[in-house]
Amino acid sequence: MKQVFSKYFRDKDIQQLIGKQLRIGVIVSSVMVFIGGVIYLIRHGHEQPSYGDFTGVREGLADLPGIWQGVLENKGMNIIQLGIVLLIATPIIRIAFSVIAFLLEKDYLYVGITLLVLGIIVFSMMGGLAG
Amino acid sequence: MTILSFTLILLCGAFLAGLLGSLTGLGGGVVIIPLLTLVFHADIRYAIGTALVASIATSSGSASAYVKEGITNIRLGMFLEIATTTGAVVGALIAVYMPTNVVAIIFGLVLIFSSLMSFRKKMEFPADKGDSKLAEQLRLNGSYPTTESGVVSYKVHHVPGGYFMMTFAGVMSGLLGIGSGALKVLAMDNIMRIPFKVSTTTSNFMIGVTAAASAVVYLQRGYISPGLCMPVVLGVLAGAFAGSRLLTRANVKGLRIVFSVVIGFLALQMIYNGFTGKL
Repeated sequence: MKQVFSKYFRDKDIQQLIGKQLRIGVIVSSVMVFIGGVIYLIRHGHEQPSYGDFTGVREGLADLPGIWQGVLENKGMNIIQLGIVLLIATPIIRIAFSVIAFLLEKDYLYVGITLLVLGIIVFSMMGGLAG
Repeated sequence: MTILSFTLILLCGAFLAGLLGSLTGLGGGVVIIPLLTLVFHADIRYAIGTALVASIATSSGSASAYVKEGITNIRLGMFLEIATTTGAVVGALIAVYMPTNVVAIIFGLVLIFSSLMSFRKKMEFPADKGDSKLAEQLRLNGSYPTTESGVVSYKVHHVPGGYFMMTFAGVMSGLLGIGSGALKVLAMDNIMRIPFKVSTTTSNFMIGVTAAASAVVYLQRGYISPGLCMPVVLGVLAGAFAGSRLLTRANVKGLRIVFSVVIGFLALQMIYNGFTGKL
């Protein structure tokens, strides 16, 4: 019985940690999107939007080095995009956290399952699927 | 229209979408695509990228609260994420070869299904006799705290069937840029026989990861445009937050009917525009 209880509490600690990490990820990325948005609107607010035809995004917004380069130049669009990248990374970081959590629990079956999910996402990122 | 007014109107639209989405449980992402394509005349590929990012935002935001309450079945979510992420990658791959008007039609059909799902009777399925060996081996059975009767345990059934359905939900999510929460809940409620509270929160927990798996592809393809994502993400998040505050006080039954009718109408219009080749 004692064992059951300590397991329940350990699970609970991990859940608290995951909850906190998700919240911080969302807050940090939306602050960044907001700051970038203000800069973007001040500089480009008077221009015309054009999303009717699909032309992708301008150069430097579709890959990490390009996004970072623009952030260093204080480009509003790039700061927004970095915030978006952080937002996309939030659930991915959550998975990485879970790997550690399951390792601490010595639940090796779930260490494997979690690593598999992480592997699928990394493959999706690096696999040249963008075409 | 200038970018400034475009952004402000879109921000308000996204706020309403997030508010209604969280009040009715349909999710905010579901109306972002018709909002962007039908109202703002954006290309559906931009709309898909934007909706995907919006669904990551709302799912992570609300999952943080649910996970803390200890209702989410993290093992079950993690196991089924193998299915949803594989599906999402496949969906993002199919999307390259699929004409946009076909995507619009499929989207409309999923939208109608989702709004019908929100009307379904909330009755618990009787638990099957006998235990699922696979669920036992994968340690999927769990328990969750309730205010009335303390900690309630439950068992998970039909693991392969649920896994298959989740793969399909993942494909739809990757192809259409939505969380496909309705499909996930269907897999967990109807097939795996999990209590509602657990299935809704676990599905929500999985949406972010599923969407991230295809978002990394769409980012590289240029579907994710900062000018659209900025107002939509901020609006949907603020709306969802306001919705979660109102939820305890509002009478959502009438609202759900109105919202579902609106969604059904939008869905028909997406399908019509898909057939006439306007999208």
